[in-house]
Amino acid sequence: MCVDSENVLCTLDFGPILRSLFPNASPALAEALVDIISIITVSTFCLLIVIFLIWLERKVIARMQDRIGPNRVGGRFGLGQTVADVAKLLTKEFVTPYGADKAAYNIAPFLIVMTALLMWAVMPFTANMVGVDLNIGLFYILSISSVSVVCLLLAGWGSNNKYALLGAFRSVAQLVSYEVPMVISLLVPIILARTMSLNGIAEAQVIPYLFVVPVSALIFYISALAETGRTPFDLLEAESEIVAGFHVEYGGMKFGMFFLAEFVSTLFMSALFATIYLGGYRFMIWEALIGPTPAILELVMFFVKMFAVYFVFIWVRATFPRVRIDQMLNFNWKFLVPLVLVLILSTALVDGLFVGQDETSAWHFWRIVAHLGFNLLIGSGALIWARRNAAARGVAKPEESMRVQAGALVEGADPHGHDDHGHHDDHHGQTAAVPAHD
Amino acid sequence: MQIVFIIVSAVTLFAGIQTVSNRNLFHAALYMMLSFLGVAVLYGMLESAFMAATQLLVYIGAISILVIFAIMMTRRLMQATEPAFNSQWQWGGVASMLLFVLFVTVISQVFVVNPNVQGAFFPPAADEAIRNSVVDLGVSFVSADQYVLAFELASVLLLVALVGAIIVARPDVPDNEMEEAVVVEVVESAEMEAELVEVEAAEEEPTEAVPGGH
Repeated sequence: MCVDSENVLCTLDFGPILRSLFPNASPALAEALVDIISIITVSTFCLLIVIFLIWLERKVIARMQDRIGPNRVGGRFGLGQTVADVAKLLTKEFVTPYGADKAAYNIAPFLIVMTALLMWAVMPFTANMVGVDLNIGLFYILSISSVSVVCLLLAGWGSNNKYALLGAFRSVAQLVSYEVPMVISLLVPIILARTMSLNGIAEAQVIPYLFVVPVSALIFYISALAETGRTPFDLLEAESEIVAGFHVEYGGMKFGMFFLAEFVSTLFMSALFATIYLGGYRFMIWEALIGPTPAILELVMFFVKMFAVYFVFIWVRATFPRVRIDQMLNFNWKFLVPLVLVLILSTALVDGLFVGQDETSAWHFWRIVAHLGFNLLIGSGALIWARRNAAARGVAKPEESMRVQAGALVEGADPHGHDDHGHHDDHHGQTAAVPAHD
Repeated sequence: MQIVFIIVSAVTLFAGIQTVSNRNLFHAALYMMLSFLGVAVLYGMLESAFMAATQLLVYIGAISILVIFAIMMTRRLMQATEPAFNSQWQWGGVASMLLFVLFVTVISQVFVVNPNVQGAFFPPAADEAIRNSVVDLGVSFVSADQYVLAFELASVLLLVALVGAIIVARPDVPDNEMEEAVVVEVVESAEMEAELVEVEAAEEEPTEAVPGGH
């Protein structure tokens, strides 16, 4: 379909064009300039798309909650709302609270945005549009994301505020805990693709890994929710308990940096999920039928998949209530980690049967069937075990809890429960009714 | 490349010196992170991306966090009244100088410094070797001819440490009160959080009794 390798739209390989901009520079200098241009392009894209993401999030959640959302600023759909918000944040005064550890307090917002942006270096937008195709791509992402824990601790400690410090403790507990199932669930596609390079994993998929190892995908998705601190795991900035967590003392654009980093890393997690479990920029079946696709369509495909996953992030946020800290830790260490350990062992054993044989289409078919079967077995087994365990402890009797909730609705109480106690808080003054972001 | 190497080394050394001489413990820990980061950059400059990423993941992402938590539990965090050096500093200085001389001697014996060769001590490996280095590393860990025994022994040792830590941290209470998760790495923060949650639950109870909702 797209055999003309000279056409830029077919390959989206901007390297030669960028290099031809500097005909007189020495090769080393030209490479350095090309690198700098690429870095600026990718980071600017990530920073600017956040403006759109915030608008999208507010609008989508508003529609899901039967509201209209922003609709005044900037034309028809309130498109200019976020631009106005950013302008407001930028014009605010830089405040450093009394007694703060100035170095830690001021460096944390910059470091957290840096870590959020650095991860995009290995993300393949198309086969050729990738910052650098590292052979340790996934490992690089994990190591960078582990640094963001440090930033939260810096912010929490530097603020000289006990709520900030408690929020930072929660964040570290959550991020360090959920890194375990995330890393191990990412080992499953690595075993399947036999590479850690993101390009390699995208290219290795015959059908998307979501349909080969769905349990691994689900565990990764839950861990990604926790790693980015989004609902239902947003208790690290629970307004009703610890005011706003680690960034309570930040204002103006310093707070904006944390907000920015959260959205950039959420979008990155969507892109990562799309690349690893949905094939990223590839067209899968269509490719096999019609042949190679032009790169511009691949780019569109990547964005479609990325925003489809991002939409589910928003959907989850609009749907689920916040969990408690002990529920969060118990769910991780007593359910996710054992499950993912069983999963990785079974995946390694099953895939061991297929090592060293000819990679015919029958081989691919039976490999997919074997992995899918074992995944479904493990997933349903884990769910049955969890239900029995919960019933044995008297925690969850599905029918009864449904009835209770229905009764509560009839009586006019809010089903969301504890968040609303802030409204009639005559007894305890410290849970001031802080409104949510939107 | 030489310039970058010199700058990174200088920053790493400065951060290392600050780590032991800074009076503010928290800042000392931050400087320690900076020196770890410098070492990671040096690994990267030696075309060893896997080592660089491991340095970031293990030393900055895990060990530094542990050190900072340990520091936050010390009482004299914000006081700079303690002397920065104790009575052993002369002996420590002598030992570190001896170690430095030893390292320089050994390294200069193994890798002859040649100013005509690019790179710090030896020419960069071929592209193919660099690309396959991760695969080689992985194979050498599980190959029976190479390091499988050491690798498995290290795994068992880590498992023993993990189980031992849980045994030490496990409180001596009957089983029916053992509902709370006993997780070594997060146990401190979890305890603080549990107290907070309990306090809040106690405070919220009166409001639960208020009939009617809105």
